[in-house]
Amino acid sequence: MRLKSIEELRALRRELAESPAPERRLWVCGGPGCLASGALEVFRAVEAACLAEGMADGVRFRADLSGCLGLCERGPLVEVEPEGWLYGGVKPEDAPELVRETLSGGRFLDRLAADPECREKDSIPFYLPQRRHVMARFGRTRPESLTDYLAAGGYGALELALSELGPEEAFRRVELSGLRGRGGGGFPAGRKWRALKEAAGRPRYLIANGDEGDPGAFMNRALMEGDPLSVIEGMTVGAYALGAEEGFVYVRHEYPLSVERLSSCVRAAEETGLLGDDILGRGFGFRLRIVEGGGAFVCGESTALTASIEGREGQPRVKYVRTTEAGLWEKPTLLQNVESWANVPMIVRNGPDWFRETGTGDNPGTKVFSLVGKVRRTGLVELPLGSSVGSLVNGAGGGVPKGRRFKAVQSGGPSGGCLPESALDLPLDFDALAGAGAMMGSGGLIVMDDLSCLVDTARYFTAFLSGESCGKCAPCREGLPVILEVLTDMTEGRARVGDTDFLEHQARMLAATALCGLGKSAANPVLSTLRHFRREYLEHEAGFCRAGRCRGMYLPEVDPGACRSCGMCQKACPADAIEGVRREPRRVAAGKCITCGACLAACSFEAVKAHRRPEGGPDARTA
Amino acid sequence: MAAPDMTALPGILESRPPEPNELLPLLTLIQGRWRCLPEEALKAVSKRLAIPLARVYAVASFYKALSFAPKGERLVQVCCGTACHLKGSQAVVGALEKSLGVKLGGTRGDGKVTLEPVNCVGACALAPVVMLDGAVRGKVTGAAAAGLAV
Repeated sequence: MRLKSIEELRALRRELAESPAPERRLWVCGGPGCLASGALEVFRAVEAACLAEGMADGVRFRADLSGCLGLCERGPLVEVEPEGWLYGGVKPEDAPELVRETLSGGRFLDRLAADPECREKDSIPFYLPQRRHVMARFGRTRPESLTDYLAAGGYGALELALSELGPEEAFRRVELSGLRGRGGGGFPAGRKWRALKEAAGRPRYLIANGDEGDPGAFMNRALMEGDPLSVIEGMTVGAYALGAEEGFVYVRHEYPLSVERLSSCVRAAEETGLLGDDILGRGFGFRLRIVEGGGAFVCGESTALTASIEGREGQPRVKYVRTTEAGLWEKPTLLQNVESWANVPMIVRNGPDWFRETGTGDNPGTKVFSLVGKVRRTGLVELPLGSSVGSLVNGAGGGVPKGRRFKAVQSGGPSGGCLPESALDLPLDFDALAGAGAMMGSGGLIVMDDLSCLVDTARYFTAFLSGESCGKCAPCREGLPVILEVLTDMTEGRARVGDTDFLEHQARMLAATALCGLGKSAANPVLSTLRHFRREYLEHEAGFCRAGRCRGMYLPEVDPGACRSCGMCQKACPADAIEGVRREPRRVAAGKCITCGACLAACSFEAVKAHRRPEGGPDARTA
Repeated sequence: MAAPDMTALPGILESRPPEPNELLPLLTLIQGRWRCLPEEALKAVSKRLAIPLARVYAVASFYKALSFAPKGERLVQVCCGTACHLKGSQAVVGALEKSLGVKLGGTRGDGKVTLEPVNCVGACALAPVVMLDGAVRGKVTGAAAAGLAV
């Protein structure tokens, strides 16, 4: 059905509001994490159980797949509406009981509780510090359903802009909101919007950057798959405010489900008259295309991304001229991260003052973080900007697992930085993180414990960035392999005295001379770890890895005072190098040890520790 | 090897408008159909979009999702993203190389399976992660990977 006017949209909305809601619903999480732990099989089993119980009509009781519910660690998750209960670790064989007892019976199943302490999702510690704005509809609507989106207030911003605000006021609201780009640098959105508005030349293009290339980050994927219409509405409102004719959503090649869901939502919006020519009969047209990337990290850079959409290799260019003046096909182009676009409808509908109520003065609003690594509760967390790093890592995340110590948190993807424990008090905002030598990036936070080696981490990121270098400029193409070679030598026991200083020099040169933003920041893994963990570099120069990660560069020793004789290290050892029976503290037989690190990871009592090798340098057998 | 059956090519070419910016989408479709980019297809794309063959090759060789050498019938991808690296993706790679009988980045001699690294599939909370023909499996231990035979 095609809506021909705002009145028809309002009538449809009223009709949806009056249609009876089911008495109870199960939302099976269809987020990236839960899908990886078997949520689709759970959902099919729930559907089959509904059919068996004669509830397939979905009138009184129903079950649906939702967007990401957040607490991926405990997946597959199922949320119960209206009670707000959250189940975790649900298996397909739980479906019959789930449907009979909970869905139709309204009884809580203790054995499936996502958290042993509380039933309601909102009182679980993971959710307590959160403020869900961008993720508000996750677990409230079916991601691909336009009617669900409309019933939940979706397209309210477009309706308001077309009927009351007009393009000028819609623009003004975004400009005054203080929204900063959610994709990396935190550039003020209002400045970009004004630049496009004042740019000469037609047509004007809008781009949503969904090329979430940072490994360890999945908030953009969760958004494109959990509430794709919020991105589409944001761009449509933007097109109206800025007079743009055409838009593109550039999606990472590795995210086929995002492409599928965005495409189906674009079709639904076109068929309903909310996208395409003459939107809601107001004479305003906007076409939107979904473009799939080709698997290149550099395409997250704005000029590389536009080159890729044009059908060329994704290589960046020097930004003498801003994309807002000459971007896609040399025409004025506004490029924002998908999360930035998803903020636009809220801002336009509720006004800039509402938006500024959350977050801090220079960093208003919320940000979605993906919290992963060595932390007890991993998942997607949306916090007001300015919340402390600690509230994310220790609050929502519950800290590092028992028996381990927090060492560092890495933020901002490969080109971000590693921050030490003192950073837990830092506010999560664009400026504070940049000041500490890291960056917000798109919001990926990776927690590292005492078993993570920072030199190895820098080597890992440098290897990644070196492999992804597009090859256009020499500092990045040639400089990264040099840095990588030294880092590899360091982690494999071949370091030379003075390597640390050499690395620092090389990294600074790269940062000063690379062509694009990604090349400049490719030095960050080295520079930020040097800044906060220089001691580890110097230890590696001397052949010692305190984390027990680099082979041959330490010797595990059991502290007899701390050892509880549980034998876990012995079980984990693949080389039979741990001696001791029953109640005795265990001992490491140095001659047999292959320094694989399995015993270090197996101990829950911090009794097995990495020590310097008695001979001083690295193990001659491995180095 | 026998020449690939190219009868599906015209249909694929005509499924997209003949515009230069359709180059990457077309190459992706061709890669999906033949698991590689046959020379004949590249020439046809060059003609259809009226762009030089050199540019077709430039784009074809730039993007990691595209390959000239045929990939295996089954595709096993090990995530080597940050979270997976921290949680031991190297051990998973080692186990898979053994159980599948192919080195990372290679295709087994019989053409049945390709094992390749992928930078991140966005399921980091379930690290380490392996994708089997696009289906993600989370929390893969070395032992589980060792049992994966294709």
